[in-house]
Amino acid sequence: MYEFVTGPLAWIAFLIFFIGVIVRAVLYIKGLAWNLDRVAYRDFPAAGAKGAIRSIVAWLIPFGTYSWRQNAAFTVMVFVFHIGLLVTPVFLLAHNLILKERWGFSLPTLPEPVTDVMTILMLLAALLILLRRFALPEVRILTTGYDLLVLAIAVAPFITGLLAYHHIGNYQFWLISHILSGEVFLIAIPFTKLSHFVLFFMSRAQLGMDFGIKRGGMKGRGMVW
Amino acid sequence: MGEGTLCNKKTVNTKEELQALLNDKSGKLYYEEMKHLDIDHAKIQTALKNTFKSRMKTWLEICAHCGMCADSCYLYTVNGKDPKQVPSYKIQSTLGEIVKRQGKVSNEFMHYCMDTAWSKCSCCNRCGTYCPFGIDMGIMFGYLRGLLYGQGFVPWELKIGAGMHRIYRAQMDVTTEDWVETCEWMAEEYEDDYPGLEIPVDKPNADIMYTVNAREPKHYPEDLAEAAILFHMAGENWTVPSEGWEETSLAMFAGDWEACKMQVESVYDAMNRLKPKRMVVTECGHAYRATVIEGPYWAGIKSGQTPVPSFHYVEWVAEALREGKIKIDPAKKIKEPVTYQDSCNYIRNAGLKDAAREIMSYIAEDFVEMKPCKEHNYCCGGGGGMNGIGRYRPERNIGLKMKRDQILETGCKLVVAPCHNCWDAIRDLEEVYEIGIRWSFLKPLLIKMMIVPEHLKPPEE
Repeated sequence: MYEFVTGPLAWIAFLIFFIGVIVRAVLYIKGLAWNLDRVAYRDFPAAGAKGAIRSIVAWLIPFGTYSWRQNAAFTVMVFVFHIGLLVTPVFLLAHNLILKERWGFSLPTLPEPVTDVMTILMLLAALLILLRRFALPEVRILTTGYDLLVLAIAVAPFITGLLAYHHIGNYQFWLISHILSGEVFLIAIPFTKLSHFVLFFMSRAQLGMDFGIKRGGMKGRGMVW
Repeated sequence: MGEGTLCNKKTVNTKEELQALLNDKSGKLYYEEMKHLDIDHAKIQTALKNTFKSRMKTWLEICAHCGMCADSCYLYTVNGKDPKQVPSYKIQSTLGEIVKRQGKVSNEFMHYCMDTAWSKCSCCNRCGTYCPFGIDMGIMFGYLRGLLYGQGFVPWELKIGAGMHRIYRAQMDVTTEDWVETCEWMAEEYEDDYPGLEIPVDKPNADIMYTVNAREPKHYPEDLAEAAILFHMAGENWTVPSEGWEETSLAMFAGDWEACKMQVESVYDAMNRLKPKRMVVTECGHAYRATVIEGPYWAGIKSGQTPVPSFHYVEWVAEALREGKIKIDPAKKIKEPVTYQDSCNYIRNAGLKDAAREIMSYIAEDFVEMKPCKEHNYCCGGGGGMNGIGRYRPERNIGLKMKRDQILETGCKLVVAPCHNCWDAIRDLEEVYEIGIRWSFLKPLLIKMMIVPEHLKPPEE
């Protein structure tokens, strides 16, 4: 079982993830149309690029936009959640040991107590995000089962990873569950809302170009997000 | 069955059809017929297939349902934070459903979509700037309006408005003769006070081609005279076209993209015919948005640019004051606290916030910003066609509360509102809520405080 999930299945999961993400990005760009979107993408590449970069960067900075500042508590949850989700697995010592053993190279790693705390904080943020979904009427009305499923897919590798790392319960069981849920996560990215992994950048860039080229970017100082 | 005599999927292209609609007071029969209107599922499917592409598809798909758009929407706030007013909910429960069901929706559902698209969204695009994914629900509501228009589900006034554009190339029944006569009349009317005052019609190669909102020649011709006086004072070489003088687009509010194209092409034809150096648009927000920002795309111009560079009136005023073409008498500057209504259409959606501030720095001694302001300002409550739809008057009046409270918070009794819809909405909010304010376009204010150069003064009696 361990051989299978860390062997062929891992290959399949990573392949689907990488190819899927590229396909989503390419399809997104191919589906843009200057006349339907009413944005002259090609004619003003400089203004478009400037608008796109400003639109992405402003939203990647915690409290970098009016909207982030207006929703301060949620902003903290979102950033803690996403930083934990994206940074922890990449710079985790255990993951990099496997990388070194299999492919002979590894990335810099974070000390284990740090990744441990990051994981716990990320799970805590996820819990708060979940509670917020039901506590606030304006979020509850939007919430669907699909939203909960997506959140479950995203946190499963972290819960199982944490249990396995601390040898709580059956180590083998949690380890296999961890690897499997991680693979489910990777495969789900291109096919679900989790595609915002790449489409966040696409969508933000598009609206940035819209404002940068058409909605005032070439006349004033540009949109202050 | 299926199609009404007034309410149907056809566009209004003749004066007779238009008159029939106008005769149906308040659209009584029109809305009655709408209850029995069939849905052309195949037509929706085709439209979705051809025009619903990655941008909007992605917006609907990746929406995280986080609710951050809720507080960005003034209609959500003033309706007691009703969850049904959350922008994401509004668009997912309308356009989202149409897409999900591939157009197989019922008459009742289309009524819900129409009521939502025209009474719960003024297409101010503020939500788009508060969504982390950049999901602009105002744009999607514009698109939805187009789908609904194609099925005959459009408020009565806007069906008429779109018809006006198709027939008269203006939002009102103002013919070329009416327009040219109004120009002559106004020039004569004010000539005694301003010797040499002209409203040159169809003058080729002028520096400025000036275009207006049909309401001005129809109901407030003084506005045209004021524009002429200010151009005269500034010594501008200007003209108005006899055809293609109308900038507004009720067709845009209606979602009648074909009529939008016809309308803006009449203006672009005038530009190509008269070859002015640039065009200046009157103090109207959606007119500028329609003809300068969106129009080139409707007309199929790939660069998205109008045939000659185009400017909103506030840009011209800022320039005229900056360059001293119009001089302000310091003693006549506005002394009382005064605030400025940022129009969504030319501030948030066209980036002209600095021109507005520059003007205020020349004409006001105590300028107070609304909170929030500039590109984050709230809609006046009358945008997107909301001012003009009888069916949604109660909803519109509730929507005005946001602007009322913003103005009250500034403590100002005077609001500068260089946009017809904002101006109307603020007038109406005073009528409904009586908070004791005054409101004004820029032109009358400037005329009151400008210094008339000696050589332009009327001869002494």
